[in-house]
Amino acid sequence: MIAELGHYALVLALCVALAQSIVPLAGAQKGDPALMATAKPAAYAQFLLVALAFGCLIHAFVVSDFTVENVVRNSHSQKPMLYKVSGAWGNHEGSMVLWSLILALFGASVAAFGRNLPPGLKARTLSIQAMIGVAFLAFIVFTSNPFERVLPPPPDGQDLNPLLQDPGLAFHPPLLYVGYVGFSIVFAFAMAALIEGRVDAAWARWVRPWTLAAWASLTAGIALGSWWAYYELGWGGWWFWDPVENASFMPWLVGAALLHSAIVAEKRDALKTWTILLAILAFALSLIGTFLVRSGILTSVHAFAVDPQRGVFILAIIVVAIGGSLALYAWRAPMLKGGGLFQPISREGALVLNNLLLATATATVFIGTLYPLFLEALGGAKVSVGPPFFNATFVPLMVPLLLAVSFGPLLGWKRADLAGALQRLRAALVLSVAAIVVTLWMDHGRNLIAAAAIGLAAWLFFGAWVEWAERVKLFRAPWATVWERAVNLPRAAWGMTIAHAGVGLMVLGITGSTAWQSESIKMMRPGERFDLAGYTFVFKGTERREGPNFFATRGVFEVYKGERLYATMTPEKRLFPVAGTTTTEASIRTNILADLYLTIGDPEGGGQPGSPGAPAFIVMAGSDTPWTVRAYHNPLVPWIWLGSLVMVLGAGVSLTDRRHRVGAPRRMAAPGAMPAAAE
Amino acid sequence: MKRALYFLPLAAFFALAGYFGWGLTRDPSKIPSALIDRPIPEFALPELAGAGRPALSTAAIKGEVALVNVFASWCLPCKVEHPIFMRLARERVVPIHGISYKDKAEDSRRWLADLGNPYTAIGWDFDGRVAIDWGVYGVPETFVVDRTGTIRFKHVGPITPEILDRQILPLVERLRRAS
Repeated sequence: MIAELGHYALVLALCVALAQSIVPLAGAQKGDPALMATAKPAAYAQFLLVALAFGCLIHAFVVSDFTVENVVRNSHSQKPMLYKVSGAWGNHEGSMVLWSLILALFGASVAAFGRNLPPGLKARTLSIQAMIGVAFLAFIVFTSNPFERVLPPPPDGQDLNPLLQDPGLAFHPPLLYVGYVGFSIVFAFAMAALIEGRVDAAWARWVRPWTLAAWASLTAGIALGSWWAYYELGWGGWWFWDPVENASFMPWLVGAALLHSAIVAEKRDALKTWTILLAILAFALSLIGTFLVRSGILTSVHAFAVDPQRGVFILAIIVVAIGGSLALYAWRAPMLKGGGLFQPISREGALVLNNLLLATATATVFIGTLYPLFLEALGGAKVSVGPPFFNATFVPLMVPLLLAVSFGPLLGWKRADLAGALQRLRAALVLSVAAIVVTLWMDHGRNLIAAAAIGLAAWLFFGAWVEWAERVKLFRAPWATVWERAVNLPRAAWGMTIAHAGVGLMVLGITGSTAWQSESIKMMRPGERFDLAGYTFVFKGTERREGPNFFATRGVFEVYKGERLYATMTPEKRLFPVAGTTTTEASIRTNILADLYLTIGDPEGGGQPGSPGAPAFIVMAGSDTPWTVRAYHNPLVPWIWLGSLVMVLGAGVSLTDRRHRVGAPRRMAAPGAMPAAAE
Repeated sequence: MKRALYFLPLAAFFALAGYFGWGLTRDPSKIPSALIDRPIPEFALPELAGAGRPALSTAAIKGEVALVNVFASWCLPCKVEHPIFMRLARERVVPIHGISYKDKAEDSRRWLADLGNPYTAIGWDFDGRVAIDWGVYGVPETFVVDRTGTIRFKHVGPITPEILDRQILPLVERLRRAS
């Protein structure tokens, strides 16, 4: 009964979305306020209906209603509650409902918070948003109904893919989707602006918080996914240039470009058509990301819904949405009037450089991801493009970008003085050189590139604070004044400084883990020991453990630093009998500066995945059997995620800037404390 | 000229969409095997103890058109395709050789005792070394080998009645007629 209610709510939501996509738009074209005003209640209704459907789906998973096929295929009565709930979106149908829910949530948020929006722009934006809603709700209702019943119901479910039964991954899809779907609202704003033929500073200011929110969620989602890959897949790596990782990375790169170009559009009324194009591309790449994952066009561990039928439907959505928007762009964009002119060396110039490099980087990732398919289209062999390609193309593009980051905020609008900026950055320069020297000394001068990369990280981190220090008059005014200026500094300026510093921390983590990772793979008998990176690992033996829905073999290791016991580490190998698969649970010991990372593999000669139902492989190994043990020492690796977190924090702080809350006056009066450098 | 520039994203997108459309017609599970039209690898596997079938080696396969099936007791899809092999064996359509892949001998033996044993010869590949030479990608996998010991067809995943009727049986007929 509840499942039918959910299904019914989805159909109703589809109808509401259909009305919302037509009526307000028609009202805006005719200038009819009554028709335009329907957008708001419709957006609320659509959200409530999809929320109801999503609630029904969660309910079915929570009570393990095995008359619902989706629950049978993705849940099990013995599963911990968290994974019962997250199982609701750990599958194709449920994840599409979540997608629609977030889509409707963004629509409802614009309806709720968009009080200062011009009514025409608001009505058009909500209509465009509803069109996307129609596409996805129709997709669910016609091809992917999550409430399909099975009769007679089986006694128990087939369990969720054990790799996905993890707290990190329970929240990875929702965050990622908030990011992907967040770009839909930016896209809707761009379409509405194209229809109106007007893009101005107010428009850019309206788009920016949504872009920030979407981009911050995407950052968090990608970071969480990468962290999960790090501790769950058991390879000690954190980024694999896997097609699906790339699919989420491309909208992120374009979103980062959009964040920066929107500043130029807002402050200088320039780069307008480019900003619109980025808004379209950010959402296009989000859709293509979905398409790549859902259609099975690229196979990878992530592609959990390989189904050409659905692929055709999503392709149709992409063709209509992106083809349509790009056609509208080709038609209307030339009519948009360009704004302020600027010299190449200027704040605008720096942001254009940022955009060019980010766009090129996106194109690089795009080609690397799709090249294998292109080659096949031309009759070539199946190939895969791996990390060497991306390291050779993506990394060289990032270096000039990251070098330029510290300059950008110090350059004035219109025309600026590069030498003057460098002069002001000398403190950062000195600290970076110091970082390089210290690194070379600690590394005994072995790895020059890594030392340079550490210098780059320092340059980013300290460079970010230079502009901040100037604005709060650090060391140049009494502390009380500094404090007061810091408090009064616009949140957007704070946000930028924090986010840029976060990039520096991330570069630090990437460099450390890439350059100085040490690894050891051994066959070990209980009682044996080995050394890695100054630590001694002693294998005490294995023990068996029973979890709620798995059996585990746990290796017990004592780690010594010199004579002192530093840690006891217990990596596990888990067998999920219902799903018939095993997972690796790495044991990670971190001290923020480095991770010790340990996994245990199979006992010698026991390489089989174990027969379902019988935990035979666990019992098999005798006490003297050698086990495969992998150990890694990953210096600085936690900073990859801490850096991402700091970037998210920066975006969050920027979101609280008062100019996003205060209406959208033509030109905001600058608060007293804002120094000249900002404008 | 400047206007044309604004059409560029649209044109690029349509090229991409066309290509995606083409991509959708492809089956991702079809992995062209580098071994097609190549001789089978040189190998000699021990017999599966207690299964009552001879051991499997390169020489044992040559001389007759045959199927080679890689299976394991822990592999669920193998169970799905098994009745098809039972039927082929009962009707003596074509000899089927089995490779027991990364499986304990008693597990494989019990599995065959429960479900029936359609294999003419069985090689026991406990560590999976020989399977690597065969380019095995996942279990089950099925090969069609001609008289000269050349691999003519490979299928990854369980054989369905459709694949059997449309691809394997016609191919077996053709290979038999040829020379």
